[in-house]
Amino acid sequence: MSIAANEYTWYRRTTETAVVGESKSVGQMLNADDPLVKLIDIQKTYDGETLVVKDLNLDIAGGEFVTMLGPSGSGKTTSLMMLAGFETPTRGQIILGGRALDNVPPYKRNIGMVFQNYALFPHMTVEENLAFPLKVRKLGKLDIEAKINRALEIVRLGAYGNRRPGQLSGGQQQRVALARALVFEPKLVLMDEPLGALDKQLREHMQLEIKHIHEELGVTVVYVTHDQAEALTMSDRIAVFKDGAIQQLATPVELYEKPQNAFVARFIGESNQMRGKVTAIDGPGCSVEIEGAGDVRALAINVDVGAPTELSLRPERVTLNPMPGSMPNVFSARIEELIYLGDHVRVRLLACGCDNFVIKLNSAEDLTRVEPGAIITIGWKIEDCRALGVER
Amino acid sequence: MAISDGQIFDEPHGIPLRVTLMRAERRHRVKALILVLPLAFFILIFFVLPIARMLVNAVHDDTLLTLLPRTISELRQWDGNGLPDEPVYAALVVDLKQTIDQGTAGVIGKRMNYEIAGVVSKVTSSARKAQELSTGPYKEALIKIDALWARHDVWSLLKRGTSPYTFYYLLRAADYQYGPNSEIVASSPGNAIFQDVWLRTFGISFGVTLATLLLGFPVAYLLATLQPKHANLLLIMVLLPFWTSLLVRTTAWVVLLQRHGAVNEILVASHMISQPAELIYNRFGTLVAMSHIQLPFTLLPIYSVMKTISPSYIRAAQSLGAGPFYAFWKVYFPQTLSGVAAGCLLTFILCLGYYITPALVGGPSDQMVSFFVAHYTNEDLNWGMASALGAILLTATLTLYFVFNKLVGINRIKLG
Repeated sequence: MSIAANEYTWYRRTTETAVVGESKSVGQMLNADDPLVKLIDIQKTYDGETLVVKDLNLDIAGGEFVTMLGPSGSGKTTSLMMLAGFETPTRGQIILGGRALDNVPPYKRNIGMVFQNYALFPHMTVEENLAFPLKVRKLGKLDIEAKINRALEIVRLGAYGNRRPGQLSGGQQQRVALARALVFEPKLVLMDEPLGALDKQLREHMQLEIKHIHEELGVTVVYVTHDQAEALTMSDRIAVFKDGAIQQLATPVELYEKPQNAFVARFIGESNQMRGKVTAIDGPGCSVEIEGAGDVRALAINVDVGAPTELSLRPERVTLNPMPGSMPNVFSARIEELIYLGDHVRVRLLACGCDNFVIKLNSAEDLTRVEPGAIITIGWKIEDCRALGVER
Repeated sequence: MAISDGQIFDEPHGIPLRVTLMRAERRHRVKALILVLPLAFFILIFFVLPIARMLVNAVHDDTLLTLLPRTISELRQWDGNGLPDEPVYAALVVDLKQTIDQGTAGVIGKRMNYEIAGVVSKVTSSARKAQELSTGPYKEALIKIDALWARHDVWSLLKRGTSPYTFYYLLRAADYQYGPNSEIVASSPGNAIFQDVWLRTFGISFGVTLATLLLGFPVAYLLATLQPKHANLLLIMVLLPFWTSLLVRTTAWVVLLQRHGAVNEILVASHMISQPAELIYNRFGTLVAMSHIQLPFTLLPIYSVMKTISPSYIRAAQSLGAGPFYAFWKVYFPQTLSGVAAGCLLTFILCLGYYITPALVGGPSDQMVSFFVAHYTNEDLNWGMASALGAILLTATLTLYFVFNKLVGINRIKLG
């Protein structure tokens, strides 16, 4: 992936002029630290009974890569479509570059979009597809040609300009769709599960490629996916959606290390969930009583004394046979099952009253005494075990 | 195992692999053949053979050859200049005597009448009078019976009868015929009706195709974009006339469009016109009724193509900055072309063969080729003419199809 440095600055310059020009036209000056996109109190309902999107508030800074992550039906795609202008919010306001988008139709929003199935025009060649947004904007012929060549170079498809989409592989079509969404230099590019149709290897490759293009062009991206690994790989920030509401908006690291509720803990990565009741809170820590297992010391996140809680513990944070006294939480467990996965071994245990307690062990370790039926001890630190409020 | 002759052998049995494959597939093929056999026979007997017969009929006519065998045989020696010699006349007398026994004089007269008007009675009376001739010279005697036999064009006509094949019917169908010296000349204005008929046939078909496209395209678009619940209802409304008898639909238009029909009554009552308009038994009525009948044929292929066009194309075009009309015209419409082409071709070809509808709601100058085919088949009993018109229609249709195939590509067409 290599784009000449001057090309990058050229891109930035044209993009910035466009922003300033537009904001002047509506009589507002844009502060440098104002977010590029503001979603304010957005609600959406289709049938007037159930809310598909509930009170969505989201600020996106210029140049940021924000991913909306969630299971299907969680409202993430609807939110994206409202941003693109294909759906109208039932309530609330969307602001792009200081300008309210209430009555702006999609074709006047100047937002690039990459669709799930690419939506490349099948009756046009790759070049004609890329020329489409430029012709609409009535650019000169030479200008169009230069921009197409640059865009094709960015996605490394220089030699494919005369092909039709049907003659390209899935990955190539994906790149063309990307180039088409970027070629008219929008401030904001939306991507609706753009890698869903690719196989795993190609998908991982394209994730990095999109990430690099984003970094080098400095364009703002809002990305929708249900694949948490994809979200973790690419994003600056991730908004985890469930039932039309954002559960947590945070950087990938924070999302994984500090999930705010049980859903996020379960959805991002893997975690052992143990239900219990908070018996005492002391400072950042708390004691949780788990039926049939006793007291567990954990980090109190959003719980009260006497309230039920769900403890979340990452499998890789559990230590096998800890040194006595080194860990506040030590329990005995019985090994139920071993699953060998190459770089690590998943061990399913019966521990703390839970027969689906999973720990991960480095396969390079000495595992001679780890076999089904064996009784072992496990331990973990307070800060790795988070006591989360239970949703009602 | 040595494979010297390039065959691959099934190891345990030593049977060539290709033979094994053929054995395995034979059952399959026999089964498939048995399944298609009834239909293949049906099509062969009731479709291919009649059409082949019709095509032959258009150029094959051995009436004179079989009914005047001796004359025709003698005429082979005639050089075609002036009048033939005595032996030909002698042979004609023998042939004419025989026609009385066989009762075929009228048939000969009718055949000759196609090309030279007003000869039927002359031929039959000559045949009757020729019974009394017993000695020659027959030439003078026959000419005395009827001056017909002194006409050069009559003998040219009989001379053409030496061949069982004739282009007469095809020429007539294009408003040409044979002149006195067997040269090809344009038909006299009174007989030259067919160029007009062909133009009319293609004109009406083109008009109906255009009308159904203009009416059907928006409906197809609506059908393809509506919610399934509403789309199904609309589709049934489109198909309902499709399931109604063609005759019923055509006569319904008679009721609606006649002088004191529903449409005229409403127009007059609302003072939009003062006199009832002539809406039927003319070109207008023909176009309206045919467009109504053909609408589903144009609409359905377009609809089925539109169903396959994802709405994300329009969305993509809009996200790229194209307004609704521009997006429709540049992105959506080009993708419907294969359906448009299929629907229009289907309607145009079906229109070429229309018969009942123009006959019921058109005037005398709105009758299409099929009307004349039926007329020649049922009333004139001139099957040669009927076949020639049919053959030209078939050829025109096939030509159209192949030109279309070259331009658009038939495999790109979707018929639903």
